Order: sequence, then C-alpha cells, then structure tokens
Amino acid sequence: MIRVQKEDFDAGQEIGAISARNFEVGGVASFIGLVRGANEKSQITAMTLEHYPGMTEKILFGLEAEARTRWRLEDLLIIHRYGRMTPGEQIVLVITASAHREDALQSCQFLIDRLKTGAPFWKNEETPVGNHWVEAKTEDETASQRWQK
Amino acid sequence: MRILYFGWVRTNIGLGEEEISLPPHVENVEDLIGFLRDQGDGYRTAFENIKTIRVAVDQEMAGMETLLSGSREVALFPPMTGG
Repeated sequence: MIRVQKEDFDAGQEIGAISARNFEVGGVASFIGLVRGANEKSQITAMTLEHYPGMTEKILFGLEAEARTRWRLEDLLIIHRYGRMTPGEQIVLVITASAHREDALQSCQFLIDRLKTGAPFWKNEETPVGNHWVEAKTEDETASQRWQK
Repeated sequence: MRILYFGWVRTNIGLGEEEISLPPHVENVEDLIGFLRDQGDGYRTAFENIKTIRVAVDQEMAGMETLLSGSREVALFPPMTGG
C-alpha cells in the first residue's frame, strides 16, 4: 500500500497492524527516514519536501509492484511525507513483511534505495545562512543501480 | 501543453506551471528546452546545463529525444532527492 501525505505517521501502529492481520508473516522489516539537524556544511533548521502529485503515487505503485514480483511478500507499506518538517521529524516509512527474513530485509532496502532517486521528490533545506536545494548524491544513484536486474 | 517545473527549475523560473502553445518546430523534449531557454533570464539559468535536467512526459520518465506530439503534460526538474 502507498500513502503520500503531509501528516506524520506512527510506525509502531503500522507494523502492529501488518503483523495482526496476516499470520503468514514471519518477519517484518522497516526503515524510517528522518530529517537531520545538520549536513556536511551547516546546521539545518527545517526541510521542505516538494513532490509531483500524481506521478509520485504512480512511481511508488510501480516500485511496490516490482518488489512484489522480485520477493515473496505478504505485505508492503510505503508512507512518504511532503511539506515542511523540522529536524527529528519522520519523512518516510517503508515496511515489508514476508514469511522469510531475507525477502523482507532485501525488499525493504530495495524500496528505500530506489525511491530516493526515482520518486519525484525534491528537498529544500533551511539553514542559518539561507535556503538551498539539496543536490542528488552519486552514492544514492549507485545504491539504486545495484538493484538493476 | 501544460508544462510543470519542480525544485530549482521552478525557483529559477519563478512559477510552478504554465500553459504553452508549442511552436511547430518543437518536436521533442530537447526542442522544448531550447524554446523555453529563450523565454527570459530565469529560464536561461534553469536550462543552462541540460545534463542536469530530468523530464517526465505525461508522468512517465522520458529523455531528450522523446517526441511531444499528442502529449498533454511535460515536467522539467532536477535529479530527484526523496527518501
């Protein structure tokens, strides 16, 4: 399931719901991305995530479909927030559930690696010296490409 | 045609979207960027280095060679930074 929303989420509650509704699940993997309080150069006071409504959902649905084809998954949830957030706030949640841990762990990593460079989101950081757009990192591109079949 | 801008492409140009009637010589994405580049200083800055521009045509990732005939919506933006 995919949710693109402004509101915060409760990861514990989401994991609980997945575990409770399907007893085929033997393992649940999760990843939470947070707003950091600093980058390599300066302090970060806030971050705004811009996205492309419509296309974002389309890309995330595509990633869900690909993960479900490549791994044996019982359940899958991606929540990605947009809007303005402050350090410590949650940006993204990925949960994958499977009968087996390998499928859950690998698909979780696949989803977060792929969505970082493949879902239409753009980060703008606020720092004490002004705002700037975050540049895409080569290592994120490399992390995404290792899942190429 | 509806053109959308995101990230620093949007802030350089100063708007998030606009409706444009394409001149007949604009056939693909690269032609469109060439045409937009002449629309003002913000556009020139945004499209200074075409290598840094990513594009989606009707919400599907596309390339500079992608033909625009029959498309409704083109989005131009920097490399994505989600997650």
